[in-house]
Amino acid sequence: MRTIRFLIQKEFLQIFRNKSILPIIIVAPVIQLLVLAYAADFEIRNLKIYWNDQDQSTASSRLRDKISSSEYFSLTDVSFEYIDLNEELDKGKTDLILNVPIGFERDYLTSEKSEIQLLVNAIDGIKAGLGSFYLSQVARDFSLEVGGELMAKMPLKKIDLQVIETTYSFWFNPFLNYKTYMVPGILVILVTMIGAFISSMNIVREKELGTIEQLNVTPLKKYQFILGKMIPLWIIGLFEFSLGLLVAKLVFNIPIVGSLLLLYGFTAVYLVMVVGIGMFISTVTETQQQAMFISWFFLVIFILMGGLFTPIENMPPWAQKITLINPVRYFIEVIRLVMLKGSGLQDIGRQIIVVVFYAIIINSLAVWRYRKTT
Amino acid sequence: MTDPAPIVSVKNLVKAFGKFHAVDRISFEVFPGEIFGFLGANGAGKTTAIKMLTGLWKPTSGEATVAGYDIYKEAESIKRDIGYMSQKFSLYSDLSVVENIRLFGGIYGLGKEEIKMKSDDLLKRLNLEKEAGSLISSLPLGWKQKLAFSVAMLHDPKIIFLDEPTGGVDPITRRQFWDMIYEAADRGKTIFVTTHYMDEAEYCDRISMMVSGKIAALGTPGALKKGFKARDMDEVFVGIAREGKSLAE
Amino acid sequence: MKRFLAFVRKEFYHILRDHRTLLILVGMPVVQILLFGYAITNEISNAPIAILDHSNDEITALIKKKILTSDYFVLSSNLSAENEIEDIFKDGITKMAVVFEPNFSETLEKTNNAQIQFIADASDPNTANTLVNYAQAIVADFMSRRVNGGMPYMIEIRSRMVYNPELKGVYYFVPGTIVILLMLVSAMMTSISIAREKEIGTMEVLLASPMNPSGIILAKVIPYLLLSFVVSGIILTLGKFVFGVPIIGSLPLLLGVTILFIILALTLGILISTVVDTQQAALLISLMGLMLPTILLSGFIFPVENMPRILQVLANLVPARWFIIVLKAIMLKGASIGIIWKEIVILCLFIMVFTGASIKKFKVRLE
Repeated sequence: MRTIRFLIQKEFLQIFRNKSILPIIIVAPVIQLLVLAYAADFEIRNLKIYWNDQDQSTASSRLRDKISSSEYFSLTDVSFEYIDLNEELDKGKTDLILNVPIGFERDYLTSEKSEIQLLVNAIDGIKAGLGSFYLSQVARDFSLEVGGELMAKMPLKKIDLQVIETTYSFWFNPFLNYKTYMVPGILVILVTMIGAFISSMNIVREKELGTIEQLNVTPLKKYQFILGKMIPLWIIGLFEFSLGLLVAKLVFNIPIVGSLLLLYGFTAVYLVMVVGIGMFISTVTETQQQAMFISWFFLVIFILMGGLFTPIENMPPWAQKITLINPVRYFIEVIRLVMLKGSGLQDIGRQIIVVVFYAIIINSLAVWRYRKTT
Repeated sequence: MTDPAPIVSVKNLVKAFGKFHAVDRISFEVFPGEIFGFLGANGAGKTTAIKMLTGLWKPTSGEATVAGYDIYKEAESIKRDIGYMSQKFSLYSDLSVVENIRLFGGIYGLGKEEIKMKSDDLLKRLNLEKEAGSLISSLPLGWKQKLAFSVAMLHDPKIIFLDEPTGGVDPITRRQFWDMIYEAADRGKTIFVTTHYMDEAEYCDRISMMVSGKIAALGTPGALKKGFKARDMDEVFVGIAREGKSLAE
Repeated sequence: MKRFLAFVRKEFYHILRDHRTLLILVGMPVVQILLFGYAITNEISNAPIAILDHSNDEITALIKKKILTSDYFVLSSNLSAENEIEDIFKDGITKMAVVFEPNFSETLEKTNNAQIQFIADASDPNTANTLVNYAQAIVADFMSRRVNGGMPYMIEIRSRMVYNPELKGVYYFVPGTIVILLMLVSAMMTSISIAREKEIGTMEVLLASPMNPSGIILAKVIPYLLLSFVVSGIILTLGKFVFGVPIIGSLPLLLGVTILFIILALTLGILISTVVDTQQAALLISLMGLMLPTILLSGFIFPVENMPRILQVLANLVPARWFIIVLKAIMLKGASIGIIWKEIVILCLFIMVFTGASIKKFKVRLE
């Protein structure tokens, strides 16, 4: 134990003297959290609509008001004569082009139905799908409202209209604040990235500089060496997490509904695993460049498949199965459950078991792969 | 000298990297208190041999014991009895002098008081008291080498392996360094040193000349000079090289 | 010229010898494209919902059936009391609860008005919002179908999904993946590789040789240029033949701007390497100063229009943003040079600025 203390002291001295690592540990997470939280916004709103109204009637202007009052759309361009819709879309200035043809109102009043054309820039398929869905809802509301008025005026056509009213409420995040959802997830990415990068480059650096030989000719035990490396990195990881949590609370006012202790407990175990992954990569690579590339490769996959940006439930079943081996997924789940919903120990038992299991496996691998003699 | 048991004993040791034999069936013995020199050109296999004896690399075949321990089975036990200074400078350049001493003292399990005492003593002997708090990276190479040697002896090992300790340092520092080696030998340490400076060979009790992985000659400097009818070690080396060539032909 | 080729060959050896890095460089785009193409989607399907039906009558049964036979929802559990809702949300599986008021059919028949409540777990606000919207649409549809002869006064929207009729997510990600990989290979690897030569001292040896410095740098970057080109080729081929992402515009134009962007990334890599001394520093600057802005602010994943004003302004300084616009325009819209010339000019400006800055830095260093 005493020996390990000496090693830990050494690591800390080195980290605090390293001018390129220190800013990464302290400044980068704050900036990353701030920028990412604002940038990572998938919310679909203010879709740009080009309103091409060739009818210029009361009905069409009522529809227009209805659309522009929706939070999902903003009218950016308006024209009243014939235009080449495709060409306008090609210019790339608008997301949707709505064309109201001549005779829209007349058809609506006489034949009780009418048609408008919608062109959607569908390069971003999700945005396109939701955009046209929201627009059809606006049109439906319009039909119900205007149609209802018309029917009221024509008693002959009175239809017994049964209305099923739908109400809704959003729990845990009533104002649908997207940051409440994203910030905890970003925190996970942050802790994972910094933990994995710093630890994967750590042993390799000693290999590259040659100092590792000096340690390998000493009677230092393997477990002492690995622990001496891991503990400082683990402490830095916890520091990182606390820093991020502080920013989340102070800047974004993200609620922490559940137990802070539980959150830290899980983080502690998770970090043992992350640092273990870094250690393992460190033992199988020869240069920092290699270590960096390998960690980068896995991190990208872990993050993409971790459910941060795109919910895991949306993935096809086989992909969902793959995410079961993704540690990042479990931490993202846990942090959202505990912070936002106040889930307790019994709710996250499965995630804890999995992460503990991984931590044991990966650290055994790292100790096994680390060779004092080659 | 009554012939004591050898402290290092090597028999037919081989290290092969694929088809290339970096060390090719070498055998020799080193006795306690000796300064044993390992000479040869760059790439002759000196460093490879040292890495096997210090337990850093596994030999391909052959036998060897260091300080009475088998290098295959008891590599970890060997490590308590040896000190090692590698060719690549291996103290932590981003730690200070005292921090390095404390770290290695701690790793070898020395007590707090002991570390304090040893580091004071060491700094005094090397005249480094003023530099105790400076980072290693700020010291001149000669000082670094002397410091590395002292740190390698911190835990009182029986044998010290020095791999090209004087590479790249000026003649005066080299001289001082050899004074330190003698001092250590006087205190009963066994010194195993590699070098490619032929003049340094004269300072050793016995030397072995390595040529492409094999030991081409072994003996005291005097005996070697006599055998090759040479005035100095340079000529011995030229003689060996010529012999090697004719052998190859 | 011969000497120059010898230099280029030396660089190629360096790259080709490191199998692991090479494997990752080629494997990364493949894996990323496959993930984006097959796994990563924001489209909601089969969201687990819980149902709390206080009436259990004919009409609620019909509505439930309609909701559950849609592709969007599957039943996770039937609840019997309000207080169970909170518990069921806590394990994180169920996304929404549907609550029918007591005596649903009766109320509807008598008062022509009955209520359904949707309670969504809004810790994921996007999903929550979308689910509620889908559910409301299903109920509205149910309602209008109950009217004999259909609802009068309906507007029909004829929508056409242009550029990506099947709404595939991969269309959106292919250009972005190319950009990220080019940044990684061209800018990051170049900067690290030059920094490495500086760190181990071989750069001085090279500079002392009769080659002039620009020749040395050129020789260093040519292999990376080719490697980057191969990587973009892999992504485009995969996109086209596996996922059917079209290349509507002219292929030579597409390859031309790709080379332009590779050159841009290389000049950026060179610029970074002139300001750093160690690999680690090169790596960290590339990572923090290059990769993150490229991923976050280029419009690769997150639409720039949604960002706060300040980030939108910053995004203009990210070269990748302009390249992504160009890529999408050529590949998916079939744009000709007449439409994208502005972006191309901007890319050229970036190249000039980076080259100028590197030369200035380099000269300062030599003096």
